[in-house]
Amino acid sequence: MKKPGIFLSGLVVLLIFPYFQLNFYNDLILRILIMAGFAMSLDVLLGYTGLISLGHASWFAIGAYVLGISGTLYGYTNNLWITLGIAILVSSLVALPVALCVLRTRGLFFIMSTLAFAQIIYYIFHDIAMLGGGSDGFPLAARPIPSIGSWVPFNLDDEYTFYYFIVALVAAQVGIIAIILRSPFGRLLIGIRENKERMTSLGYPVTQYQTLAFCSAAALASVSGYAYAMLMYGVNPEFGSWRMSADALIFVIIGGMGKFWGGLVGTFIFISLEEFALQITDSWHLALGILIVGLVLFLPGGVLSVFNRFTRTSSKLYRHE
Amino acid sequence: MDLVLIQLLNAFQYGLLIFLVASGLTLLLGVMNIINLAHGSFYMMGAYLLFVINKYTGNIYLSAIAALIASGIVGLMLERSLFRRFYGAEHLQQVVLTYGIILIFESLRSRLVDDEVHVIKIPQEFDFSVQLGSIMSYPFYRLIVSVICLVVAAGLFLLINKTNIGAKIRAGAISREMTELLGIDIKRLYSWIFGLGVILAAYAGMVNAPISTIFPGMGFNILIVSFVAVIVGGIGSIWGVLASSQLIAIIDTFAKIWIPEAGGMAIFLVMAIVLIIRPTGLTGHRE
Repeated sequence: MKKPGIFLSGLVVLLIFPYFQLNFYNDLILRILIMAGFAMSLDVLLGYTGLISLGHASWFAIGAYVLGISGTLYGYTNNLWITLGIAILVSSLVALPVALCVLRTRGLFFIMSTLAFAQIIYYIFHDIAMLGGGSDGFPLAARPIPSIGSWVPFNLDDEYTFYYFIVALVAAQVGIIAIILRSPFGRLLIGIRENKERMTSLGYPVTQYQTLAFCSAAALASVSGYAYAMLMYGVNPEFGSWRMSADALIFVIIGGMGKFWGGLVGTFIFISLEEFALQITDSWHLALGILIVGLVLFLPGGVLSVFNRFTRTSSKLYRHE
Repeated sequence: MDLVLIQLLNAFQYGLLIFLVASGLTLLLGVMNIINLAHGSFYMMGAYLLFVINKYTGNIYLSAIAALIASGIVGLMLERSLFRRFYGAEHLQQVVLTYGIILIFESLRSRLVDDEVHVIKIPQEFDFSVQLGSIMSYPFYRLIVSVICLVVAAGLFLLINKTNIGAKIRAGAISREMTELLGIDIKRLYSWIFGLGVILAAYAGMVNAPISTIFPGMGFNILIVSFVAVIVGGIGSIWGVLASSQLIAIIDTFAKIWIPEAGGMAIFLVMAIVLIIRPTGLTGHRE
């Protein structure tokens, strides 16, 4: 945000990328973008509100399954705007009672209870046949149709259109996160993270703000899940697995939590590293495990903190506090 | 009626199993203030070590002893090299560290053994059924497992509530600084507690292996159930965890019989209710 140059050139690269005809890499970029949006939605909780959720994949899965259930399984409607709206609505509505329960705990118990609640949602999509349950999920009949009345502005089955749609969708998601974090509400969240007792004694209803943050983050994450289902042409209970939650956590931590672009940087590093590693070795998870342990031992501030180490002196000169 | 009795016995045994894993978790949480997502991996490690060693030696008892010792050594090594640095550290760091350890354990298991489901045979001496009531019979091995687990649980109670070491552990849970000031070597104490937790989990994995088979995701399943047991019971006391483990086992067993498709969610519902009524668990101290 403070460096519009990097931001703009990144955006330009994204926009002209498809013209190089690198189809495999287009999909890779879309996957990175979608996951980056997901990671950034988690960072709203993790880095800005100070809530360590280990169940964020639930909302991702709900977003995906709303599309699958409505568009394919029952054929209610495959309209993009309606199903996307329902996905956001359903995930935030489900997040509300979960938030009310888990926010009664704190610290380690909060982490454990978010993980446990996420398991319920995982089991729902894994076991209940009525909701498309099954360990393999199911494929989408078609990508949703963006019709407004009888007018169909674009066609998502066209790969180029789809590429730009996802870029726009993630940009909108990131924009909303930016607006949330810059609003008075976002400042309150940072205040809660920094000193909960003080915010309480200042008269702010802390738990209500945390609940709101939890539900907003869930709504934002459902957009990512929705987009991911479109990209993969299908849904899978693994979208809601604890590994998905933990991976998002790792994305944020690699990039550095509480830094606006941290989620994006971390996701980019992680997924491109994964793609690269899977081509040369089949023990990627072993390497990843060792990397993660190394990361937490030696770089607890995330990868971006390395750059801070070099720029710290200069930024101190310009900072007026 | 007989069916209910058999299910109650099953639930009792399952509850003891949860207790063995969950008690280690609460000790770590309560005394060292650390969350260990890899605790399920220790459970898995016990079962797989038993399986592998048994394949080579052929003697199940010898293998069990060797696997227990090996688990303890692995646990102590992990404590010395990694976990020790994270007691009382930021919770997020603990989550990330133990997630990394899970990945390492899972991929080592996948490389060194494989990703298949395996069966460990019940030792011949215990492989028969006893008559219960008029028509039903019950596998003797399950009874033996219950008895052994009960003995271990009783041993744990005595250790924590009646011995000198137990007094130190309880002191450490209340205040680390104060315990250190009294001249107790807290680092060493923590090592022993951690090793104990690992051995309990590995042991649980081993004794349950002949009953349930061993498979790649086994560690995570038991971890989640144990988390629920700890949340429901609270970290106030070992008794609380024992009670909540039994409660959860009974609810889980019967819910799965009544509603096969969704019964697995019953324990989470109980957890949600407990969180609403008593956020610190049934025996946890109110803040």
